Amino acid sequence: MLLTGIAFYIFAAVLVAAAVMVISAKNPVHSVLYLIVCFFNAAGLFVLMGAEFVAMILVIVYVGAVAVLFLFVVMMLDINFQELRQGFLQYLPIGGLIGLVLAIELLLIVGTWVIAPETSAVAAAPSPAIDAVTNTEALGRIMYTQYVYAFQASGLILLVAMIGAIVLTLRSREGVRKQSITQQVQRKREEVLAVRKVPTRGGV
Amino acid sequence: MVAMPDLLPALPELFLACAGMLLLMIGVFRGEGSLRLVSWLAVGALLVTGVLLVLGPTERTVTFSGLFVSDSFAVFAKLLVLTATALTIILSQRYLETEQLARFEYPVLLVFATLGMMGMISANDLIALYVGLELQSLSLYVIAAFKRDFAKSSEAGLKYFVLGALSSGMLLYGASLVYGFAGTTNFDALAALFAAGETPAVGVIVGMVFVAAGLAFKISAVPFHMWTPDVYEGAPTSVTAFFAVAPKIAAITLFIRVLVDPFGDLLAQWQQVIWFCAVASMILGSLAAIQQSNIKRLMAYSSIGHIGYALVGLAAGTEAGVRGVLIYMAIYLAMNVGTFAIILSMRVQGRMVEEIRDLSGLSKSHPMMALAMAIFMWSMAGVPPAAGFFGKFYVFMAAVDAGLIVLAVIGVITSVVSCYYYLRIIKVMYFDDLTEPLERPSRAASLVIAGTALFTFPVFFIFSNAILTGAATAAASLFQ
Repeated sequence: MLLTGIAFYIFAAVLVAAAVMVISAKNPVHSVLYLIVCFFNAAGLFVLMGAEFVAMILVIVYVGAVAVLFLFVVMMLDINFQELRQGFLQYLPIGGLIGLVLAIELLLIVGTWVIAPETSAVAAAPSPAIDAVTNTEALGRIMYTQYVYAFQASGLILLVAMIGAIVLTLRSREGVRKQSITQQVQRKREEVLAVRKVPTRGGV
Repeated sequence: MVAMPDLLPALPELFLACAGMLLLMIGVFRGEGSLRLVSWLAVGALLVTGVLLVLGPTERTVTFSGLFVSDSFAVFAKLLVLTATALTIILSQRYLETEQLARFEYPVLLVFATLGMMGMISANDLIALYVGLELQSLSLYVIAAFKRDFAKSSEAGLKYFVLGALSSGMLLYGASLVYGFAGTTNFDALAALFAAGETPAVGVIVGMVFVAAGLAFKISAVPFHMWTPDVYEGAPTSVTAFFAVAPKIAAITLFIRVLVDPFGDLLAQWQQVIWFCAVASMILGSLAAIQQSNIKRLMAYSSIGHIGYALVGLAAGTEAGVRGVLIYMAIYLAMNVGTFAIILSMRVQGRMVEEIRDLSGLSKSHPMMALAMAIFMWSMAGVPPAAGFFGKFYVFMAAVDAGLIVLAVIGVITSVVSCYYYLRIIKVMYFDDLTEPLERPSRAASLVIAGTALFTFPVFFIFSNAILTGAATAAASLFQ
């Protein structure tokens, strides 16, 4: 128990410190790297809670895909971050005010959190008891049975996303030399090869 | 093990999904120049889906572990959506060919958007609602930017995408609050929970308002309407024709289902929100359209106004109100498809024109087209013998019966104001001098114009019973 406590505080402290660095680092590449540290520590917190599936997804999706995408964008697009940052102090009062309002709202909502007695009956756990199976297995069991409709519909959404990317970006350009393997294989020796007699000191 | 879910209630959706993927394959393997074939096959697939819908079960059936519901309310709305998509695909062909947009992905994306709409209409769970909505929205973002070499179209697509993502975020935030405070995302379970009669937690109400805000964005009700004029103007005209009809019908049906089914017992909480949206949409729709010179922008404001009138019926929160909204949307479908068929035929010397003054003297060059446009405009303004009057009549009656007299009075006043710009188009067509005559409309467009115009004026007036009883059964199935 003590060990989990210590681990929690280490993960939490590193997470908060890295989050502060994400928004205060001068170099945007450093910001993204700190963001990756954040994700790893958040994943650690999830493992401590017993949600190892979410932890792994966080590492695979956020560190493996999203953060790398950020890095690519930061490095490939020549964005002048100094210029973006200029209005920072100017917008601080209004931004702070909105943040404060949001914080108060969140506090109010959490403060009034009452679980109605009927709720527990409604939320009859669709998955087996937590110590019977791992949560990856529990998710797998309902993903392809109870939520098969949502699962298939998500598949269609991804298909549409793929069609969309092709429709909006693919262009058939003229004058591009494409490799056509059938053409290459069908070439006959006689069509492309000619044996010539080359006279001495004459050239072809 | 878990039993196989009952697939029969979702048969039309399954068919359409398979047809969409098959059409994609046909398009890919036939390559360039397959637009015509894929379009007609898509229309055929939509027709078969409609037949499957009509033959399917009419009583309320829930399947896929409560995620999907099929009832006559859903069947009615899905038939409207399928009709709208099929007519749009037919109308789009000539436009796409002349504007060098003839790519087979267009009908395929429309089919997938329709599939998403059918998923929205049949959603019985917040998760099913969200996946249906995203399938529809994602297809719409892509076709808004379909004319990718033109800055305006790309801008429309990008604007729609960014604002749509924002609204999806609001909707998800609301859904997560509802889930957190009520413990379930299923509509039936939520309804049972609120029917117990206890005052719901503040979190549920906040969540419900966020969900409503996300949906209000999709139907472009004021204060979430800012994207509409820009997207309508920038998107290719055939896409605008689609945007103005099918997604609106699907989103307002979803709106009705969410508010009436799970949150029906919280009527007192959401009625004021819908009341405000309805009043603001009606006022903005009638005032902002007055100074528009571009007919696509005019139609955008007009559609905002029409959504306001439809919301009047929803604000009533009664069975009669829902019936009114369904009738209104059926008439809205005919008027808008017809008007956009005329806008798509506005070509002068091989190029598209979209200013209102380009219609001047239409009564001399194309008397029948001018007559049809006049019927649509009378109907949109809500002048008696045309169908639009009956649409407004039923929603206002429902509002008065529910005691929302102020709302009905504001609605009548704004519809009188909106007469000004609808009748201005008639004035331009009949009393202004002909400048440049429009080209002949294509045969498909003429047929659609004639059909919708006949429906709007004499046919609906004489044979309105079928639609009225259909809408009444549909509304009754929701209130069981």
